[in-house]
Amino acid sequence: MKDQIANWGNYPIAQSTIFSFDSTRSLCDRLNENRYLIARGNGRCYGDSALARNIASTLKYNRFIAFDKDNGTLTCQAGVLLSEIIDVIMPKGWFLPVTPGTKFITIGGAVACDVHGKNHHKEGSFSRHVVEISVVCSDGQHRVCSRSENADLFEATCGGMGLTGIIMDVKFNLKKVESSYILQKKVKAKNLDEIMDLFSQHESITYSMAWIDCLMGGKNFGRSIMMAGEHARLDQLSIREKGHPLNPKQKQKITVPFNVPSFVLNKLTVKAFNAVYYNKTRSKNSESIISYDQFFYPLDSIYHWNRMYGSRGFLQYQFVLPLESSYKGLVDILGRIRTKGLGSFLAVLKLFGEQNDLLSFPMRGYTLALDFPISKGVFEFLDELDKVVLHYGGRIYLTKDARMKKEIFWNSYPHLKRFQEIARKYNPENHFSSLQSERLQVL
Amino acid sequence: MSSILLLGANSDVAVAVGVKYASKGYDIVLAGRRPDELETLKSDLEIRFGIMARVMLFDAENTSGHADFCNQLNPFPEKTFCVFGYLGNQNKAESDWDEANHIIQVNFTGALSIVSRIANRYELQKEGTIIGISSVAGERGRQSNYFYGSAKAGFTTYLSGLRNRLANSGVHVLTVKPGFIDTKMIHGVSTPKILTASPKQVAEAIFRADRKKKNVLYVLSSWRIIMIVIKLIPESIFKKLKL
Repeated sequence: MKDQIANWGNYPIAQSTIFSFDSTRSLCDRLNENRYLIARGNGRCYGDSALARNIASTLKYNRFIAFDKDNGTLTCQAGVLLSEIIDVIMPKGWFLPVTPGTKFITIGGAVACDVHGKNHHKEGSFSRHVVEISVVCSDGQHRVCSRSENADLFEATCGGMGLTGIIMDVKFNLKKVESSYILQKKVKAKNLDEIMDLFSQHESITYSMAWIDCLMGGKNFGRSIMMAGEHARLDQLSIREKGHPLNPKQKQKITVPFNVPSFVLNKLTVKAFNAVYYNKTRSKNSESIISYDQFFYPLDSIYHWNRMYGSRGFLQYQFVLPLESSYKGLVDILGRIRTKGLGSFLAVLKLFGEQNDLLSFPMRGYTLALDFPISKGVFEFLDELDKVVLHYGGRIYLTKDARMKKEIFWNSYPHLKRFQEIARKYNPENHFSSLQSERLQVL
Repeated sequence: MSSILLLGANSDVAVAVGVKYASKGYDIVLAGRRPDELETLKSDLEIRFGIMARVMLFDAENTSGHADFCNQLNPFPEKTFCVFGYLGNQNKAESDWDEANHIIQVNFTGALSIVSRIANRYELQKEGTIIGISSVAGERGRQSNYFYGSAKAGFTTYLSGLRNRLANSGVHVLTVKPGFIDTKMIHGVSTPKILTASPKQVAEAIFRADRKKKNVLYVLSSWRIIMIVIKLIPESIFKKLKL
């Protein structure tokens, strides 16, 4: 029986046969009958990375295996959600080493996409903190791998988009924290020059990112608000917060109950939203203590915010440019976005640190993420942007992608040949492939 | 610390019940035929809920080992949840006594053997709760599953007698008749949605019924009505139905 499956962007929608497994044995039982298979966790990648003719859902393979409370290492099965991990580790004084902007992803997805967070410039992406993983490859073998054992498999699986096999168990290091609160500093920047200066001034702060308004022109071109933060120490908390420093109450969740008609979201509403957001921050500089939830996962408090974009869905476009060409490239790209007026509800800017892995997205330089509701002309426009990104030596994030052309991909990921070699060794006959990997001819 | 023994801990309902009781702070004893498969459930319950869990080998059919099994329960759990079962193959059982016997050994003989030993212990200590999963299939024999149904009917009758005997000893006996459950047991067979409960629903219902000291629990009330109707049909008509 086929199901209609889509990921977070609601585009594309695939006809897939989906099955779940709760043990290595039950996975291997299904492995032979299913080619063109990809693992899928909670479906929070945006496009077609976790779509295929056959999908192995990891959501029922979701048990905790070991938690070393003294040294801060956790081992769990691929289907465990980051939200579940936080519930377990935070009361013991630990936090995720790296977290993306949602906690509703699985740990398997975090490794396969080698996710990054607001601390990339200081602490790298998720895979840097992974000690050991196990992978079921196309021959049905369950292999343990790390930097010293089956090192090639480890290297190609971290960030490998599920193309080497199915990630089973993950052992990774946690981060010691004194509290679940974040000492947040917000700084307004009038334009692109200012915000880029702010990023370089704040490189020593653990977490940083900025909301950028893509619609303003002239002297306010690139006006932004930077959010920088550190885990709050006990002595920085108020008396009330000190009462439960590691046990934050979950806030009430709001749900967008249905797909919003697409006319609601036009240039005018986006402009209004951005203006309200910018002006909400009154002073140029402000400091506050907020919960980790508010700091890391502001959008998680609105369940199904993706429905804001209507049933046609949306594309998220995230690219990174090398540091040398970042300023020129951002001016060019933001200019084109502004002129085109296809809007962007959210635009996030961040400065990455060094990274040079096989298929992982980050590199030293600026990354920008924007949403585009699917509408007439969007695909053509993004094809145009791809060429600009490539021209400046940048690349597109696979986890967000649903439409990139293979030429762009092959010209922007320098270690593809090496990745292909390893992936073919463990996945010789395209046993594992996604709609994305077929589109981009990764294998 | 209170604890609960899950007999047949590999099943989906047992896992859901384990999660529910662990979330309320109970230590959990996981007993099943394939203990190695219970190790990740043990670690998961311990890490998520900060309780203690223990894995034990238990085979319902091996009744001669049941006394030993009980001796190894130390401390002895205050609650016992008897959830193992074997649906078997009715057609096969009609012509193959081994299959029929297997159904009886697991669902009836094995269940009575272990529950009786535990009940005696509870009677001595004047407290304890026994929760037994029986089946609506045991309420009236039908051609499609009467081996399983009659074994469960026997177990239902046993539990009601046991409840009667222990009522004055402070020991509570709860009989659960879940109806269809969305589990491994009926995997592949599609059942009507309104008559099918999820393992989590079953676990929630059991926890509430245990707390309220209910005697007989139909997880979905629709089943109580269905079974009343089914039992009202005169045998002369019932025997001609294709059920």
